[in-house]
Amino acid sequence: MTNLELQKMANEVRKGIVTATHAAKCGHPGGSLSAADIYTYLYFEEMNIDPKNPKMENRDRFVLSKGHTAPGLYATLANRGYFPVEDLTTLRKLGSYLQGHPCLQHVPGVDMSSGSLGQGISAAVGMALGARMQGKDYRVYTLIGDGESEEGQVWEACMFAGHRKLDNLCVILDYNGLQIDGKLEDVCSAEPFEDKFKAFRFHVINIDAHDFDQIRAAFKEARETKGQPTVIIAHSLKGKGVSFMEGSIEWHGKAPNDEQYAIAMADLEKVGEALCQK
Amino acid sequence: MSEVIKIATRESYGNALKELGAEYPNLVVLDADLAAATKTGVFKKAFPERHIDCGIAECNMMGIAAGLSLTGLIPFASSFAMFAAGRAFEQVRNSIGYPHLNVKIGATHAGITVGEDGASHQCNEDIALMRTIPGMVVMCPSDDVEAKAAVRAAVEYVGPVYIRFGRAAVPVINDRPDYKFEIGKGVLLREGKDVTIVATGICVDSALTAAEMLAADGISAEVINIHTIKPLDEDIIVNSAKKTGKVVTVEEHSVIGGLGSAVCDALCAKHPVPVKKLGMQDVFGESGSAAALVEKYKLDGKGVYGDVKAFLGK
Repeated sequence: MTNLELQKMANEVRKGIVTATHAAKCGHPGGSLSAADIYTYLYFEEMNIDPKNPKMENRDRFVLSKGHTAPGLYATLANRGYFPVEDLTTLRKLGSYLQGHPCLQHVPGVDMSSGSLGQGISAAVGMALGARMQGKDYRVYTLIGDGESEEGQVWEACMFAGHRKLDNLCVILDYNGLQIDGKLEDVCSAEPFEDKFKAFRFHVINIDAHDFDQIRAAFKEARETKGQPTVIIAHSLKGKGVSFMEGSIEWHGKAPNDEQYAIAMADLEKVGEALCQK
Repeated sequence: MSEVIKIATRESYGNALKELGAEYPNLVVLDADLAAATKTGVFKKAFPERHIDCGIAECNMMGIAAGLSLTGLIPFASSFAMFAAGRAFEQVRNSIGYPHLNVKIGATHAGITVGEDGASHQCNEDIALMRTIPGMVVMCPSDDVEAKAAVRAAVEYVGPVYIRFGRAAVPVINDRPDYKFEIGKGVLLREGKDVTIVATGICVDSALTAAEMLAADGISAEVINIHTIKPLDEDIIVNSAKKTGKVVTVEEHSVIGGLGSAVCDALCAKHPVPVKKLGMQDVFGESGSAAALVEKYKLDGKGVYGDVKAFLGK
């Protein structure tokens, strides 16, 4: 896909995030929006997957370690054709397969249940090791949060991945700088991230999480990096794309009401129209 | 009488893995720097490329096991019960139990027979923790024969399984030609009419010894071996309770949440009778030899005998 096509799709994903959390009256739009471009690139460009055959044996795997941003993953999977986009409005409701956090057994395209922070990355590491032990050439991707990186298990997983030189593993850090209780730097920052990942023997790439040229180049570099895992530190804007959510901690785990929903959708429609003029 | 053979069930675990490793090329074993103690070292020696040492990081080990299982491998994650069920409880619950993955947890050094290392390492809570996880099979074999059978059954079963093994050598009591192991099936070891003793793990041998001693006093005790605490064989327990009217449970585990609680849950619902729960009475263990501890906490044959008699008012 061209960058323009990716931008348009990411805008659709953002609409899905806003629509799903509005319908659910809860959920986590902020961190879903900050990672929308990453989700879009992974599922529409980077990963070898087949929405008609979600369990395809040699598919690339994705583990959403920061599982609370499930609306972003679901909106991407729906737009990619794993399930109907209309179902996004059932998010978090009784009887829906779209559970509050990703659930392996119920959501087509979800490769691992997650939500308890720090755990998804370990499962991704296990998948990467399993692939290598069995001579499979698929790759494993996992998206972790910057706040999530305060969990010790993240670094246990990194230590293991670096030690085992798992170059089929690509970790993406959604670095939006905000967590529930405030700014990372005020709560308990894990900075310096780059030094930490390097210390755990990762290849480190820093990018603007909303620039598809940089996203494309980073995933290519990750694929070409041998003998060590890669981390892409994706510097992002929490709430990206919705004017009143951008850079706001308030929208970490809160849904827009009807009025806010209308503003948010108008914001995204405007972006969509502008993209169509290009 | 032939000499009693004693083998620690952790030894059985390692030996079973080695045997099954030859049959199942997708069986892999994980450790957290304790392969020498969990006895998976024999597997590591036979299949070095299928042994994964995760270092001293049990929570990560459980996650890696989850990931491995999603690639078609059958992982056995090994550590001491304290760390496998205790430290990594939430990882086992959320990364293995909730997605119902085909991960097997081999937990050695369970209970007070850890001995000299003391209370920090004597896990008397693992059965309670593990049986609260929906879909988790929880097994606690009583000897070498049963431990090996449990490991094989775990490989053949698809889904999460927790198996509890001990550090200390214990008598082989199931070495008979008609021995059969089935997940969730209790074993009636001795028929009786006055009291039912339901035991698990190393306490099965103590229950048999106690039954012998009780017989000498004219008390007829029925002995049931519950090697699978979940799913529990409720029928065998309820049927026996209907016959004897009194039940004693014995386990090398806290009386809160373990076998005793599971038995009470079943009896409460189906056939309430008085129950005496023997085990660790809401206390931590301490350092000492396994034999001395088992005697002090009255989990040997003599201890069980005394408590059963007191329970019966005799």
